[in-house]
Amino acid sequence: MKYVVLLMADGAVPEWSGMTQEEQAAVMGRFEAFDDACREREGVQILAGEALGAGDTAIVVRTRDGQRTITDGPFAEAVEQLGGFYLLEAPDVDVVLELLEQLPPYDLQISPVVDPM
Amino acid sequence: MDAAEELARVVREEWGRLVSLLLARHGRLDLVEDALADAVEAAARQWERDGMPSNPPAWLVTVARRRILDRLRAEAMARRKVPLLVTDVHREGAAAMADPGDLVEDDLLRLVLMCTHPALAPEAASALALRLVLGVSTHDIARLFLVPEPTMAARLTRAKKKIVAAGVPFAVPGADRLPARLGVVAQTAYLAFTAGYAPGSGPDPVRVDLAGEAVRLVRVVRGLRPEEPVLTSLLALVLLQHSRRHARVDTDGRLVLLPDQDRALWQHEEIAEAVALLDAPVLAGPLSAQAASYLIQARVAAEHATAPSAGETRWDRVVAHYDVLLEVDPSPGARLARAVAVAESSGPAAGLSALEGLDLPESHRLAAVRAELLARTGDVAAARGAYSAALALCRNGSEREHLEVRRAQLDDARPAGRT
Repeated sequence: MKYVVLLMADGAVPEWSGMTQEEQAAVMGRFEAFDDACREREGVQILAGEALGAGDTAIVVRTRDGQRTITDGPFAEAVEQLGGFYLLEAPDVDVVLELLEQLPPYDLQISPVVDPM
Repeated sequence: MDAAEELARVVREEWGRLVSLLLARHGRLDLVEDALADAVEAAARQWERDGMPSNPPAWLVTVARRRILDRLRAEAMARRKVPLLVTDVHREGAAAMADPGDLVEDDLLRLVLMCTHPALAPEAASALALRLVLGVSTHDIARLFLVPEPTMAARLTRAKKKIVAAGVPFAVPGADRLPARLGVVAQTAYLAFTAGYAPGSGPDPVRVDLAGEAVRLVRVVRGLRPEEPVLTSLLALVLLQHSRRHARVDTDGRLVLLPDQDRALWQHEEIAEAVALLDAPVLAGPLSAQAASYLIQARVAAEHATAPSAGETRWDRVVAHYDVLLEVDPSPGARLARAVAVAESSGPAAGLSALEGLDLPESHRLAAVRAELLARTGDVAAARGAYSAALALCRNGSEREHLEVRRAQLDDARPAGRT
């Protein structure tokens, strides 16, 4: 199965800019540990994963009655917080939950990807 | 035993095993449950007419399995692009997942863990466990949780869909994770029990049948993992609370409080079983906070259950238990209960000071206890106000009636109130 993992909010992680270099390195180390854990786990693969720009860099596109408008907001609530995402292949949700323990303690949302079959 | 009775017995005792067995082989939660329900329906007709099969559970599994294969074939036909053979191959593949034929006891545990997965809302999880593990009908679960049947049917369907869509595994987690997951199972079962023991609304003070089903669920799971402290302490706790079921309501359906209960109506063999559980070696070692919390609550219940009369209750020991509980699992409810025990052991004034600083928004219980203690100190005016505050918050018909009677008694009683 495929899962999208959204990094929704800092949760228990201090703000990035407020951290010392060592603390930042420790956080980055946990991302690497997550990558390694996924690589070593059978049936698991990170298909994609990116960090996203801050909320004020996002663009909103809406089409109403054929009219396309492009604006700087209003954003869905999540965009202020959404920090990044992974697209994972994994056998089941418990494997995903277990591997995600490697990441810094962000608030996460796990959504299964709909299987077109 | 006639066919209908035997069928009811098999459904009651074997449902969860049959669901797990079919699920281990076919892996399709949606098909398994429908097919088994169909098989039970067929059994109701055929066993009456043709006599009992020699092995009733095996008969049900065979018929259910045939239905599942019919449905899988029908699905394959509908898809067209998948030939019939693929269905058979798929079936063989799925069968290899579990030892075909014999149920491993862990299959039942897998079913319990799947139903009570933390990804499901706790209420949906406990309803689903009652349905799939115990075979309680959707109609009955709806009645037990005091919601309309279509609401409960929709809730169960959503829960089952989520299990399939989110990829919740039909598996027993590794030894390092199992205790935490059994903690969730215990919590879910306790939620179902609490819904039966103290419903928040509705006319009945106790829903004995839901509480009874929840006790059965705890028994089934503990039967699978008898060495798990959280399940042992929970079983003791629910048995002790459940043992008082016939004494908690009088013939007019009114709530009877603990000191006024007829102790002859308590189920003394259940109390004996629970008290014996409290001495189980598995509870002697280090415990999780949850297991310790259940254990201490059970010890409190055991003090009441083993006191020869209400007057002989060892309130000093009850207070001591609550002191420990507040260290392990501090909650406003536990503080309230401790204050009641303090009042019984050291007088209403001490009880009132133990209530100070306590806040339980949305619940009538704090005001009700304060009212009772104020009445005992003879402060009739303050007691009346507190009873009115409690009545304003109370949603349970039977408890409301009790509070109204107590408030009315204030006017009759001498200022000294009840001793």
